[in-house]
Amino acid sequence: MMSNEIKILSPCGMLGYGFPAASFLNGLKEEIHGIVVDAGSTDAGPHKLGAGVSIVSERALKKDLELILTNGIPRKIPIIIGSAGGAGARPHVESTLSIIKKILSENELSAKIAVIWADFSQEEIIEANRANKIKPLSLNIPDLEESSIKDTIRIVAQMGHEPILEALENGSDIIICGRSYDPSPFAAIGIYHKKDPGLAYHLGKILECGALCAEPGTTKDSILGVIKDASFTVQSLNPIRKCTPISVAAHTFYEKEHPYLLHGPGFSLDLSACTFHDAENGVVEVSNSRFIPAETTFIKLEGARKAAFRTFVIAGVRDPILIENILEIEERVKGQVYEYYQEIDTEEYQINFFNYGINAVLGTKEKEAFYGHEIGVLFEVIAKTQELANSICATVRSTFLHFGYEKRKSTAGNLAFPFAPSDVEFGVVYEFSIYHLMEIDQSPFQIEYV
Amino acid sequence: MATLFELAKVLRSKNSGPFEVTLDLLFDSDEIYQRVKSSGKINKETICDLYNLKEDQVHHIVFFDQALGIKITIARDISSGSVGDRDVYGAQQHAPLMKITIDEAEMNSAEDCSCR
Repeated sequence: MMSNEIKILSPCGMLGYGFPAASFLNGLKEEIHGIVVDAGSTDAGPHKLGAGVSIVSERALKKDLELILTNGIPRKIPIIIGSAGGAGARPHVESTLSIIKKILSENELSAKIAVIWADFSQEEIIEANRANKIKPLSLNIPDLEESSIKDTIRIVAQMGHEPILEALENGSDIIICGRSYDPSPFAAIGIYHKKDPGLAYHLGKILECGALCAEPGTTKDSILGVIKDASFTVQSLNPIRKCTPISVAAHTFYEKEHPYLLHGPGFSLDLSACTFHDAENGVVEVSNSRFIPAETTFIKLEGARKAAFRTFVIAGVRDPILIENILEIEERVKGQVYEYYQEIDTEEYQINFFNYGINAVLGTKEKEAFYGHEIGVLFEVIAKTQELANSICATVRSTFLHFGYEKRKSTAGNLAFPFAPSDVEFGVVYEFSIYHLMEIDQSPFQIEYV
Repeated sequence: MATLFELAKVLRSKNSGPFEVTLDLLFDSDEIYQRVKSSGKINKETICDLYNLKEDQVHHIVFFDQALGIKITIARDISSGSVGDRDVYGAQQHAPLMKITIDEAEMNSAEDCSCR
């Protein structure tokens, strides 16, 4: 079915972040062709993918989904969730699916659900790596070693619009996508309605962040996108925000490495010739977004592995003599701990200090001289086992607490612990072990209808 | 002379994937944006000096006129959330940019002459 204007409603920039119901319902006054919401990000680090946990709480996820499903399903509007559960791997997708099923049954609704998996096995990746089909994503990422693949707990790849389009063509009411290129679930709606893929993707890039492209910007509010034949428009659905040509143009900067050249799975997007203008009060019209198909299709792989275990302590330091000599004293504390645990190879663990108030945020990049009367000290022990991290950290803490430094007046204790107990067992520390591009010939993403 | 803290409307940093941090400078007037752009001050040397980087660690410095913005993308020493990382979202790495100083606009470019 061809329609002149294709309208896409984005409830918020991250499923589970929440959004005002009034904004969302404002959007539903229009004839909407798709409600699409992004749920994913690698921003919170490798732990979400490695541990199989979500960025948002189940409670918040259900709250947002209830509003979307109970309004979208009766209106027969396709609902698409991108990168379900945050990292978009099997446990994330499964937990999203179970919440959706619960909401449907609680509200006596029925829907055809498509699940698109984004998981890959170690064997598949090893095979592709041996066939030289995998390369690092940027200069500072090493070539992929087979041993890294074998250490990796979960591997996902970002899907493009192709499998989502197939699920739409098969009449799905709800499409739950595993890891996706953020704009792809949005672009799939436009492409399904035969709109220009450049416009569909550029609009998707804007809508995936919710109302962040408006002023004042936020991911926690709804936004409406309309694709026409030679342009698209975006507009705020909340009267307290407004889109302007500058706010929309500036949004292309957000969290991408380049402002006008974007690389997606199987294409790139050139936004250098785009024009942005105010079509009517707060409705910003964008044209000349160029979709350039790639000769070879690469998909982005993400994988996480366990790196170590951590135990940490947070303490305040208020003594001026201690603050003045803090870096040297910390080194000497470390030295005493190494000496105490002579039987343990120092390769087995590391002790790190973060001095908040001095240079904890920027590290060696900090150029400001320190001034102040109080600092926060966070110290951590990273070790091969939790037991070792706990034991060493306890020794660092007691050594630091009672360390006798020159000219010391505060002979009863060096650290103000805000909590008891002072030592916090953190658990596993993960790291991204795979962040590479993989060449593919055909879409490897499996669709399951449930 | 003015600092970027005074001139920019938005000065921010964020991850662009777990292995890069991207720094955005956005302006609310074409005049100020052009002044910063034409100052030539936003270059690899300035960024390398400010963030202790080698030139190949500065992946992009791009001026985007339509958005009145400048984007700088740099390599992370340590990927997001790994042992040794200090800023998982890369959200507080922008502060050193604030002290960059930009001279008063001067009418000395070749472009200005050719217009007349």
